[in-house]
Amino acid sequence: MTTQRTSGRRKQALAAAAVVAALLTTAACGGGGDDDGGSGSKNGAAGFNAANNKVAQASEAKKGGTLKFASTQDADSWDTTRGYYGFMWDFSRYYSRQLVTNKTEPGKTGAEVTPDLATDVAKVSADGKTYTYTLRDGITWEDGKPITSKDVKYGIERVWAQDVLSGGPTYLKEVLDPKGEYQGPYKDKAKDKLGLKAIETPDDKTIVFHLPAANSDFEEMLALTSASPVRQDKDTKSKYGLHPFSSGPYKFESYNPGKDLTLVRNTEWKQSSDPVRKAYPDKITIKFFTNANDLDARLIAGDYDIDLAQTGLSPQGRTTALKEHKENLDNPVSGYIRYATFPQNVKPFDNIHCRKAVLYGADHVSLQTARGGPVAGGDIGTNMLPPAVPGSEGQKYDPYEMAGANKSGNVEKAKEELKACGKPNGFKTTIAVRNNKPVEVATAESLQASLKKVGINVEIDQYDGSQYASVIGSPSNVQKKGYGIIIMGWGPDFPSVQGYGLPLWHSDYILDSANNNFAMIDDPKIDGLFADYLTQKDAAGKEKTAREINHKVMEGAYYLPFVFEKFINWRSSNIANVYTTDAYSGMYDFVNIGLKNPKK
Amino acid sequence: MTELSKSGAAVGEPAAASPAPTAFLEVRDLKVHFPTDDGLVKSVDGLSFQLEKGKTLGIVGESGSGKSVTSLGIMGLHTAGQYGKRKAQISGEIWLDGTELLSADPDYVRKLRGREMAMIFQDPLSALHPYYTIGQQIVEAYRIHHKVDKKTAKRRAVEMLDRVGIPQPDKRVDSYPHEFSGGMRQRAMIAMSLVNNPELLIADEPTTALDVTVQAQILDLIRDLQKEFGSAVIVITHDLGVVAELADDLLVMYGGRCVERGPAEKVFYEPRHPYTWGLLGSMPRLDREQQERLIPVKGSPPSLINLPSGCAFNPRCPYADVPKDDVTRTVRPELTEVGSKHWAACHMSQEQRERIWTEEIAPKL
Amino acid sequence: MLAYLIRRLFAAAVMLVVIILVVFGIFFLVPKWAGVDIALNFVGKQADPAAVEGVREKLGLGDPVLVQAWEFFKGIFAGRTYAAGGDVTHCAAPCFGYSFKTEQSVWPVLTERFPVTLALALGAAVLWLLFGVAAGVLSALKRGTLWDRGAMVVALAGVSLPIYFTGLLSLAIFSYGLGWINGEFVPLEQSFTGWFGGMILPWITLAFLYAAMYARITRATMLEILGEDYIRTARAKGLKEQVVISKHAMRSTLTPLLTMLGMDLGALMGGAILTETTFSLPGLGQKVLDAIKNHDLPFILGVVLITSLAVLIANLVVDILYAVIDPRVRLA
Repeated sequence: MTTQRTSGRRKQALAAAAVVAALLTTAACGGGGDDDGGSGSKNGAAGFNAANNKVAQASEAKKGGTLKFASTQDADSWDTTRGYYGFMWDFSRYYSRQLVTNKTEPGKTGAEVTPDLATDVAKVSADGKTYTYTLRDGITWEDGKPITSKDVKYGIERVWAQDVLSGGPTYLKEVLDPKGEYQGPYKDKAKDKLGLKAIETPDDKTIVFHLPAANSDFEEMLALTSASPVRQDKDTKSKYGLHPFSSGPYKFESYNPGKDLTLVRNTEWKQSSDPVRKAYPDKITIKFFTNANDLDARLIAGDYDIDLAQTGLSPQGRTTALKEHKENLDNPVSGYIRYATFPQNVKPFDNIHCRKAVLYGADHVSLQTARGGPVAGGDIGTNMLPPAVPGSEGQKYDPYEMAGANKSGNVEKAKEELKACGKPNGFKTTIAVRNNKPVEVATAESLQASLKKVGINVEIDQYDGSQYASVIGSPSNVQKKGYGIIIMGWGPDFPSVQGYGLPLWHSDYILDSANNNFAMIDDPKIDGLFADYLTQKDAAGKEKTAREINHKVMEGAYYLPFVFEKFINWRSSNIANVYTTDAYSGMYDFVNIGLKNPKK
Repeated sequence: MTELSKSGAAVGEPAAASPAPTAFLEVRDLKVHFPTDDGLVKSVDGLSFQLEKGKTLGIVGESGSGKSVTSLGIMGLHTAGQYGKRKAQISGEIWLDGTELLSADPDYVRKLRGREMAMIFQDPLSALHPYYTIGQQIVEAYRIHHKVDKKTAKRRAVEMLDRVGIPQPDKRVDSYPHEFSGGMRQRAMIAMSLVNNPELLIADEPTTALDVTVQAQILDLIRDLQKEFGSAVIVITHDLGVVAELADDLLVMYGGRCVERGPAEKVFYEPRHPYTWGLLGSMPRLDREQQERLIPVKGSPPSLINLPSGCAFNPRCPYADVPKDDVTRTVRPELTEVGSKHWAACHMSQEQRERIWTEEIAPKL
Repeated sequence: MLAYLIRRLFAAAVMLVVIILVVFGIFFLVPKWAGVDIALNFVGKQADPAAVEGVREKLGLGDPVLVQAWEFFKGIFAGRTYAAGGDVTHCAAPCFGYSFKTEQSVWPVLTERFPVTLALALGAAVLWLLFGVAAGVLSALKRGTLWDRGAMVVALAGVSLPIYFTGLLSLAIFSYGLGWINGEFVPLEQSFTGWFGGMILPWITLAFLYAAMYARITRATMLEILGEDYIRTARAKGLKEQVVISKHAMRSTLTPLLTMLGMDLGALMGGAILTETTFSLPGLGQKVLDAIKNHDLPFILGVVLITSLAVLIANLVVDILYAVIDPRVRLA
């Protein structure tokens, strides 16, 4: 421990103490006197927004050292089939590879697909129903055995075993086997347990997918973590997540759920076989905290490099960090849209004019403020396609002028719509909001206040947020409780209109329980556009259809978007080659982060 | 402040210039005052008496008359037990065997406690520590003042228990207080008090918590033991009956002061204070029904913060108007000698009191 | 004494069975009556029907209520096997449930975490007894003085300030600020000094709250005891005041403190959750918070059970100690 390091850490430690001090008293201490001009050079940090959609300090990353993650949230599962949290998908690239994966590049480019285990992207048949890949040479498991096409197939088959391996995304299952004929590998009668007919493995190097119907996003689905290979003799079924068998540059050394996780180098992995991963650090650790303020303070103090959950600093840490360590912060768009939606099975929201009355009556600026303002909350949402999804027009598409003329609410227009709805004197309804999300409760109160001005009286019902799948996921319960307005948020599973909007807007996704199509949208035109989308062949066509779907949804006035969410993310001064990527909704791309000073 | 400095007197400071004591125990003008939020409580306010070795003094009065406070004052337990700001203020002189206790070093007085002077308390159940055996408590009392091993001390404890009439003392020595009957507990308490052969024994209501038959046994025991050890004994009681056979001298207290004092037979048969008459009248007697008490003391004890002016007893005294000019309500009566070694504090003339006693009170008793 | 002991043990065993059944009822049956589908908590955001069915099968949620309760109860003594979709999971006795969120048996995790909470509780208890009782006794002996008032003001602050406030304040000052203490948990097996360094702030934080309570109780009890007749008797024997306080008064003052200590040690969970959360200690409190956040029912259940068990054992120990201290209790 050199003296230089100690003094540097002490300074940061004092700053961290200030975080807590700020949190303990609301008194604003005007000064901020020891701010040295905000230049990022002093402690080596790259500068504010230096890693937002661009690469920060790529050349300073060195081999070796321990990259230290910290988090208040463990993954839902580290099993590649079962994980659904965004940060888990991001992190899983350390220990698992797929046929194709997202490009390790910042911003929009990061959302594109690039070969990983495969030598190239898919050879797709003319009808879009057959995808063929050839596996690269030199790809190995952590025990040195080669990764074969059968391992890939088996890994994908595990998605079918939902009764054992619940939790992960099921797109592959729905696309490859929409009728649900295959029972999954654990009930597979075939000796090699490779009974899924939609996938062929003519030899160890070749894998062929046969889709019953074309799906233009199929390759994006293969880039999901749930398409990772799993070796049958290493499959511990429901316990696989405790120690996944590595196909990537790192392998599990130890894992104590909710306490810590350590990855070490997989010595069998060869750089030459992997065009994507740089594998800078020697070791990667995660330490789990329970106190978000403590976590923030330790990040700011430099004890840890990066927040695993990538949900941004909490309000207290944010304030101090913005004031004193702006050069360590990025302010990316998260990919989430926060919104209110109107179940059509609750009167009078079956009438589009009543829905529009709410859209016009709402004060969008105060909703944005309730979400945390332009920096911590995000830009005012004007439509339902997140900025990270191809086809998005951002605030340029603003059919109700929510960020324009009507941003503080338009009482006149709202009243006109009420008249058209047959409720000239307004009506009463109930907002359903999760009780464990203070920000959502605040937005509900803001909405309540602005709607009162147009004669719509709303009551706020705070339900047990942990039970949302049973409470608002059940349309009959929503109707019974009279929830005319539901406050929620949604982010894309993978950056496409299908990966974002299908469960929200497609009539097939109206379910009796765990429903996410809260608005009960049953519009043949929207269903038709989704069908079109699946057969699109190029990016331009996909983007165009995505725009059309978005416009249809907005024209139906099913949603009141609050913000295109942004958050404040922390990166330590010691990490380099950092950038946010649309592949993971504005999170940093973990897999190629390196340390500037590996000894620190 | 002077009172305070006396209570915490420095070592070796000579007592106030006053004549040397002639008796074994001599109390002169003792005052014990307690500061409270409501004012100064004058529990004892100028009490004097003497007691010789081998003699028994009975101090009689209602609760709150200051008799228990007097005994604790002699034992030095007011200063030992007071913490914080509210300390008792004590003044006067207490001479024990030629030493003035109030001006003596507190640690010197502590060493006298238990050895030279011992005390028997009213309720032996609460006065004995519930968590220690009888034996442990007696052994502790013995070993404070005697450098002996535990075995010897325990032998002494068994001997004492035997002496006070506890059967199977070698077994009962290991019992806890709650395993004893009331009478047995008081015997054990007496054994503990006498374990160091004290020269002065103070018994504060020694029989109040006991039933009648046991009362007599305990009183007999105290008398026997006094004869045996030759100690000076003070028996404090509200019940004249208790001291009737036991005491050589009697002292009647009212409102923190002495109202009548003299040889027991004088006070019993020629009492010269209306309050003493009341006490005699309310004395339970085996040959009478209790309802037939003729001269009960009506009313309640006076406030010790604001004593009635004049004679403190005047609001309750049926004869308050006998003396002329309202003197009972304006002038405090002094103790005057009414017979040989017999004093009383009353404004009525000797003749008036003699007449009332012989004509009105005595026949009804 | 022996009869007393047997009676207490028997009562404790009966209590334990009742607790297990009640806890099971609260967690598995009440939601069922309230119409909440527990299974939905175990699957992801797409909630594939097969997944929901799988959870139901594993947890036996389709079985009659009594069968469920019996299975749960049996598992504690004989272990239990969960099977669904060709996957078999064995949970060895004592099986207090199995978490399908983290794929762990509840019991081993709890027993692994229990020592951290125990160390937190015991360490804090030593501190708070030491300082709380000392401050209480001193306050009682110096009643009405500046010291007494000062100590009682500090005690009032200790009782009223929430743990997350004192905890964060101590972290801010000693860990982030002065840098004296690392403030991060290190397992005892790894390094004693590291462990001690990581525990010292949590101990102080937790002890502060309780020391304050104990100081107040000690003061009140001591004042009451000092007024007892047997204390006067002890003085009348000629005992030195120190001996009167330390031997006679202290022993009696200990009795109510012991009762309190038994209940507090058992019911420490609330304080432990906050302390462990504030300092990110991997103990039971942190686990139960995690479990609540993740709707991990079996763990919540397990922690409730182990906590009840701790309360039960602590009370049993107190009952026995009580009998040792106070001979009168042995008769009861």
